[in-house]
Amino acid sequence: MSTILDAKIPDGSLVEKWTKFRSNVPLVNPANKRNLEIIVVGTGLAGASAAASLAELGYTVKAFCFQDSPRRAHSIAAQGGINAAKNYQNDGDSTYRLFYDTIKGGDYRAREANVHRLAEVSANIIDQCVAQGVPFARDYGGLLKNRSFGGTQVKRTFYAAGQTGQQLLLGAYSSLQRQIGLGNVKMYTRHEMLDVVMVDGKARGIIARDLISGKLERHFGHAVLLCTGGYGNVFYLSTNAMGSNVTAAWKAHRKGALFGNPCFTQIHPTCIPVSGDHQSKLTLMSESLRNDGRIWVPKQKGDTRPANDIPEEERDYYLERRYPAFGNLVPRDIASRAAKERCDAGYGVGASKMAVYLDFRSNLINKYGRAEASKLGIDNPDEETLIRLGRAVVKEEYGNLFDMYKQITGEDPYETPMRIYPAVHYTMGGLWVDYNLMTTVKGLYALGEANFSDHGANRLGASALMQGLADGYFVLPYTIGAYLAAEIKTKAISTDAPEFVEAEKAVQERITQFLSIKGKKSVDNFHKRLGKIMWEQCGMSRSAEGLKGAIADIQALRKEFYSDVFVPGDADEFNPELEKAGRVADFIELGELMCVDALQREESCGGHFREEFQTPDGEALRDDEKYAYVSAWEFKDTSQWELHKEELVYENIKIAQRSYK
Amino acid sequence: MEGNMNLTLKVWRQKNAKSEGRFETFDVKGISEDMSFLEMFDVLNERLISETKEPIAFDHDCREGICGMCSMYINGHPHGPKQTTTCQLHMRSFKSGDTITVEPWRAAAFPVIKDLAVNRSSFDRIIASGGFVSVNTGNARDANSLPIPKENADLAFMAAACIGCGACVAACKNASAMLFTSAKVSQLSLLPQGQAERQMRAEKMVAQMDAEGFGACTNTGACEAECPKGISIENIARMNREYLSASVSSNKEY
Amino acid sequence: MSWVTKTLSSSLGKKLIMAVTGLSLIAFLLVHCGINACIFFNDGGETFNHAAEFMGTNWLIRTTEIGLFAGLILHILDGLKLWYDNNAKRPVKYAIVAGNNSTWYSRSMGLLGTLLLIFLVIHLRHFWVVSRFTDVITSGQKTLFQEMAEVFANPVPVVIYVLGCISLAYHLLHGFQSAFQTMGWNHPKYTPFIKSVGAGFAILIPLVFAAMPIAMYLQIIK
Repeated sequence: MSTILDAKIPDGSLVEKWTKFRSNVPLVNPANKRNLEIIVVGTGLAGASAAASLAELGYTVKAFCFQDSPRRAHSIAAQGGINAAKNYQNDGDSTYRLFYDTIKGGDYRAREANVHRLAEVSANIIDQCVAQGVPFARDYGGLLKNRSFGGTQVKRTFYAAGQTGQQLLLGAYSSLQRQIGLGNVKMYTRHEMLDVVMVDGKARGIIARDLISGKLERHFGHAVLLCTGGYGNVFYLSTNAMGSNVTAAWKAHRKGALFGNPCFTQIHPTCIPVSGDHQSKLTLMSESLRNDGRIWVPKQKGDTRPANDIPEEERDYYLERRYPAFGNLVPRDIASRAAKERCDAGYGVGASKMAVYLDFRSNLINKYGRAEASKLGIDNPDEETLIRLGRAVVKEEYGNLFDMYKQITGEDPYETPMRIYPAVHYTMGGLWVDYNLMTTVKGLYALGEANFSDHGANRLGASALMQGLADGYFVLPYTIGAYLAAEIKTKAISTDAPEFVEAEKAVQERITQFLSIKGKKSVDNFHKRLGKIMWEQCGMSRSAEGLKGAIADIQALRKEFYSDVFVPGDADEFNPELEKAGRVADFIELGELMCVDALQREESCGGHFREEFQTPDGEALRDDEKYAYVSAWEFKDTSQWELHKEELVYENIKIAQRSYK
Repeated sequence: MEGNMNLTLKVWRQKNAKSEGRFETFDVKGISEDMSFLEMFDVLNERLISETKEPIAFDHDCREGICGMCSMYINGHPHGPKQTTTCQLHMRSFKSGDTITVEPWRAAAFPVIKDLAVNRSSFDRIIASGGFVSVNTGNARDANSLPIPKENADLAFMAAACIGCGACVAACKNASAMLFTSAKVSQLSLLPQGQAERQMRAEKMVAQMDAEGFGACTNTGACEAECPKGISIENIARMNREYLSASVSSNKEY
Repeated sequence: MSWVTKTLSSSLGKKLIMAVTGLSLIAFLLVHCGINACIFFNDGGETFNHAAEFMGTNWLIRTTEIGLFAGLILHILDGLKLWYDNNAKRPVKYAIVAGNNSTWYSRSMGLLGTLLLIFLVIHLRHFWVVSRFTDVITSGQKTLFQEMAEVFANPVPVVIYVLGCISLAYHLLHGFQSAFQTMGWNHPKYTPFIKSVGAGFAILIPLVFAAMPIAMYLQIIK
């Protein structure tokens, strides 16, 4: 039976909720903390920061990652920056504005209390990272620099060239390594979590596979934290790492954790276009580039002239034309759809005609070139000088991104505009969590991208890093006390308990099953086909008819997978194909749920665009009467889910049609 | 078939850490020059799977040159002929008809796991020995209360850009981890936040580096030449300075 | 272990020993080269013999010489230890090593050093043993200059000496600037200067040394 979910949001006014909560949340005394064991799965921004912070508090922590080092989690690849309401630029920023921008950017489908808390702690994150030695960009006076991101009109994004995620993760990783060195965290690298162990209705541990020896291991914990990232790889091609997967979250889902808003997917507008069938992943070009890059297509359909030969008056800067207030810095969902609209209408560029230009020339010359020239006291500089001077500044701001673009495409973006097209990037959906970040399974938490919480139907740029670190450093270490304070009497449960033995047996059987199918098709073959279905029917635009077809196709694909997949090698060895098989099997099930969710939500909001529901000028048309809720799906059986709802109540923001014009 | 490049690959195959390895030769056909080196391996692996043979194991993850997971020693160079990561190396850097030899990173401190995958956990232990600032969550003061000269911040950033892939070790004739270790020592010694633990950090990280079985630096500069992130050997000089002055002047031994 | 032995036995410490002893040997080379270059006065060895006698009898120089030998032996032993240790850090070698990521001589310091050691034995046998452990010079039978003229009348030693000087040049080409890097003296302003001086030293000193046997063999210096 469908229920209304309780998010356990504290009482009081919005600005007081978090402060009051922190002052009243039960505490665990230091002596008891040592006896409480916490399992952290995943070591990205959320996982590393949580594991380190919990260990600092005195808990006994076990951390797991499937990579060969915690430093390689895919947070490392985040490029542009991290938001914080510091108002260092004196441009009118505030906690409320960050809160407001995030709710609005998310198209009014996020929980007010969580987002406000996120905005409140955002400033602490920057302080913490700087204290760890994260080398953010600075001005000559030695103070921190900021830049602007989509969906905002202030500069609140802190950055380290085009590799902010790397620097933030290395900061969190260094804190984690410190705790490992001190013996407070036991680290398990090259280990993959393959199930949650439930004892008396509570999450009490995990089954993990040592990826080198293939051995299954049982690990007990008083609480289990899933910090395992998003599931964008369900589309096969995405900006995620090859190993990014939904398996941990999916196992939790199958053990009772509800999955929130699975269809809310972020398609990032500025990625390097697909170049052929061999493509294994897509590469993002940071949103920060939209600070200085202008997006355009030729005004003339099917124009094949090289970009630099198309004169200014024959270019259509369609974002600036359609959204004069925000221009090139509209939120991602809007920029992506606008690019798709132009390409579908026949104005696309490049060999495939499925790309638009992102052009730095005018800002390189006019903004940076002229500023540098005037700094150097050069009067009436010629164009060559301006290009030379501007190029140096652009290199400092985005050098690694430009290099990467050149590496991949063989073209020099300092000379010709980048060709870009939208690609799957982030998933706003994830395990449903309450205010404490606990899933509907007691003792099982989800942090960072793995949970559904803070971004509604569309995430603003530079907010993922903020959320991951907020959850790990500043939210969970407090909220977990609410659960663990009642667990101090629980002794460590033996991993020989029947629940552990059975969970391990089930995992073992599944592995044996994969290996014994001995079909004809590779795991990647299925993954690619799943991705194609998802991209075409559950991607940038969706329709009832397409989604119904997709559900049937995915069900057929699942059957075929279990009868015709070939997994080489053995269970007791390093076997990457076996790892992939388990992940793709879970992606297939998730893909179906995403389509079910997209079909059920008969409105357009943020990244979820249903063709049937749009305004006359092609913008997303929300239905707040019927759909102002979080869809949280309960797993019943294969292809069977039950919908639960969390009503979204807006007490502090006037809910309105989103406008960036 | 997507392209028209035909190549001969000589790839190191090794079942596990304990077994003997050997080279195996493969002909790969129809490779597009837009493919990345790893995508070329994907094509080969798909073929091996279709022949019900075991695919070649190799480490990779982000495929955008930042996670540091990929680690192939290609024709005598870590990450191949370009100064980039294996995942960002594209087939246009080769010619049809080429023979390409692919080996795992070779170092006592990086034992082979299988085929081209090696164990680099020694790097994590070096960081755990001192590559951090001891600041518990919540202890930080306002980020702008401590101005840092831009030049130092930039130098620290350039050192911090290290992706921990181990190409420096793979390139060095002594399998030395000086570039990796010095990048972290440098980053933190250049910043005011790193001052409190400066001496201890240098001494402990060098001791751990030695204990892991990495060689000594003989200043050949091969690491810098092969580093995909262009980490400078100025960092090595800085670490030498840090370590020697710490040894001489610290009040106690670490 | 005391902090001194701990520091010096670390990988950085071993390199420090190489750098410090190497630089002292470089200083010696300068003096040695300066004195020997006196033969170019072409005065029948008078200036040279005078200088050599001073060097051979002055107590301060003789004391320094002990230090020099200690340094030399340390440089050799430490170098061998480094070579042995470093070699063990890659038990399985690569099938292919592309040599273009560093200079061949920077990778071959052990080999160059070994060649120099062989040369040194020959060189010491030629002059140092004769002047210190026989009475050929002190008894006035011959001057050191005459001894040189005799040795270098034969083409075989001349070739050996020239080869020794070439080894020395490459050894110094890397060693000079490497010593500064090891001691941590890398600075955007001064390092280019050190590198130029090092390269100049590495070319000039062996050139002057090599010119001696050649000039004597060709009877330019008599």
